[in-house]
Amino acid sequence: MKHEETIFSGFGGQGALFAGQLLAYTGIAENLYVTWIPSYGPEMRGGTANCTVIVSEEEVGAPIISKPTAAIVLNLPSLEKYGPLVKPGGLLIVNESLVPARCERDDIRVIYIPASDIATEMGNPRMANMLLLGAFVQATGIVSLETVMSELEKHLSERQRKWLEPNKEALQKGAELAR
Amino acid sequence: MTVAVKIPEDMELIYEYPEAMTTTYTHYCPGCPHGIVHRLVAEVIDELGIREKCIGVAPVGCSVMIYKYLNVDFVEAAHGRAPAMATGLKRTNPDKIVFTYQGDGDIAAIGIAEALHAANRGELISTVFINNAIYGMTGGQMAPTTLPGMVTTSTPFGRDVRLAGYPVPMSELLAQVEGAVYVTRQMATDLVSIRKTKKAIKRAFMVQLAGLGYSSVEVLSSCSTNWNMGPWEALEWVKEKMIPYFPLGTFKMTDEVKALKVK
Amino acid sequence: MAKELLKGNVAFAEAAVRNGLQAYFGYPITPQSEALEHLSGRMLELDRVFLQAESEVAAINMVYGAACSGVRVMTSTSGPGFSLMTEGLSYIAGSEIPAVVINMMRGGPGLGNIQPSQADYFLMVKTAGHGDFHPIVLAPSSVQEIIDMVGLAFELAEKYRTLVYIAGDGAIGQMMESAELPPMQEVRQERPAWATTGAQGREPNLINSLYLGAKALEEVNLRLQKKLAEIKAHEIRWQEYETEDADLLLVAYGTVGRICTSVMREARKQGLKVGLLRPQTLWPFPEERIHELAGQVRGMLVTEMSAGQMLEDVERSAAGKCPVKFYGRMGGVVPMVDEILAEVQKLDEEVSR
Repeated sequence: MKHEETIFSGFGGQGALFAGQLLAYTGIAENLYVTWIPSYGPEMRGGTANCTVIVSEEEVGAPIISKPTAAIVLNLPSLEKYGPLVKPGGLLIVNESLVPARCERDDIRVIYIPASDIATEMGNPRMANMLLLGAFVQATGIVSLETVMSELEKHLSERQRKWLEPNKEALQKGAELAR
Repeated sequence: MTVAVKIPEDMELIYEYPEAMTTTYTHYCPGCPHGIVHRLVAEVIDELGIREKCIGVAPVGCSVMIYKYLNVDFVEAAHGRAPAMATGLKRTNPDKIVFTYQGDGDIAAIGIAEALHAANRGELISTVFINNAIYGMTGGQMAPTTLPGMVTTSTPFGRDVRLAGYPVPMSELLAQVEGAVYVTRQMATDLVSIRKTKKAIKRAFMVQLAGLGYSSVEVLSSCSTNWNMGPWEALEWVKEKMIPYFPLGTFKMTDEVKALKVK
Repeated sequence: MAKELLKGNVAFAEAAVRNGLQAYFGYPITPQSEALEHLSGRMLELDRVFLQAESEVAAINMVYGAACSGVRVMTSTSGPGFSLMTEGLSYIAGSEIPAVVINMMRGGPGLGNIQPSQADYFLMVKTAGHGDFHPIVLAPSSVQEIIDMVGLAFELAEKYRTLVYIAGDGAIGQMMESAELPPMQEVRQERPAWATTGAQGREPNLINSLYLGAKALEEVNLRLQKKLAEIKAHEIRWQEYETEDADLLLVAYGTVGRICTSVMREARKQGLKVGLLRPQTLWPFPEERIHELAGQVRGMLVTEMSAGQMLEDVERSAAGKCPVKFYGRMGGVVPMVDEILAEVQKLDEEVSR
């Protein structure tokens, strides 16, 4: 049964919440049940921002979970907080560019991607989130990358429109790096 | 109780209840000006031909049962909330005439926020505000408009301004905000001042009819029961003691309001 | 309509619009402000009434005024704002006019925080203002359910001329979930006969909660109680999950109710025969059904984001027929599946002895 409970976490502005939302939109487009719930409040303002996304073939009960099946961490505090919580057999995707540490666990799959560096080379460091989401989709197969791209097209704000193609390339690149 | 008056055939009717007033006896104390001001409101409603369009908002205070005396739709507000309730009514009935009738405790103490904000929004409502410097219904306690030194049942040594602050100049405050277009202070102590008060109330309702903004008429009034005075003495006291703190006059009248022809 | 990803606060606001909401008055407070923000644009676009009030005190009294006009009117808030509204709520109840109030509960007491909580249960269900009255209290556990309950709330409010509250929490407000909005409904143009809209060609209407005579007010109260009894007879709603063979029962509402569906699944995997009863109305409360189930199961576990408030109603309903245990988190902490599961296991051991 398809079922992923994923935490996206980073500094405010790194796009953790948007990456999570894009996964949620994609889940709906593929007729799966989804929930997306952010941490909210003062910590949103400049501090860490995280959200929990559940994508499943069965109706979602608890929308907030203590042990995710996957975590996507964009910065060091997020690795420290969520790395130890990933369920055994789960997945951890690390933005190597901003995380000068390794995860010592051997009971989960860990993928390191220098996402911020690659995104900068591709023209915009803020596309790191899409690289990591691409890697996540590739590694879990929970949804298809094509649907992620078509949903991105629908939900990217007007202001960000010019970044549509580069973002798609970032998704693609992330997926390749997780193969 | 209603009053049934049968006019003998050989007599001419020269005076009658306004249509906007019921023929119920009021509960007010002897000498209380509330009844007079109620009648002024009723006459204004009749003269403007708006009885079937009027919605009144009753306050908490002595005039809590005004809905028994005026022959128009009425709602009863919580203490001080009449302007908020009137806002809800007017916004959902923009073609109707909505007015609040409030006492000094209602508008200047517990409901000062609602009153100032309704005025500031320029709500198209009219307020008649009776200022008698005391809490009547609850038994003569200090009002926000009680005068310094004045003895009440909650200021047994007289209002000490160091403890209880100063009389709140409500009309002066209301006049400060942009949305209030007509703010005046009158009194109801004698024939001339009562006529002036009626004209002011009429102007206030006309302001609303013309859609100009918030309008308010403060009426200095007496409370012989809780002031422990005879009615005449109380009316003299209004002129002698209250006016120095609450000068009569119009604190705000925009050009558009001035241009209204009030007969 | 197709399913879309909707945030709880926006979803209930838009659901209200589509159910013919004619007026909204509110004051910003986290975690429900997205509702007010959504309506600030939508209502004006549709030429309906929206007003950001100067306080929750003013907002509820504006709701009161608009309700007197007989229009569909609503406000939404969170704990501290709800406290301020209790004055107006009591007047609305006393005047027997329909209005809908949504409280997306947050951690308290005092300023507390803005995390999800269910600590306003007593406030909403038991003490929602001075005097003897009960509002109908609906408790949604998902974005879809809060959408559906907004329509139901208006229907019930108008049917019984009563207050209806929706007891949500910060999690439902902030969560995005796949859900379907209802189709756009026409705004009702006519006003009910009792509304104060100007006494045109009729006797004046009066909307009032003042009755100076004790006998007269008692009669009003008796009429009110009769109506409440009728509501109790017809409007109790709840959802059951796998109760047929259950010998342990979870009782939870709202966000915790849905979390308990996960707990139940996990417990069943471990061979525990766990069922779940999720009240959808907190008043009236599904007391008879809980009483029945108390005769069937070995024990019950009530879980709330509070110190144990609905617990009292469950205990009252079970009336000693089975042990009733409690697990709660407070201050905005959301209980996790494994924590509740551990309590279920503990309960199983205790009642097996």
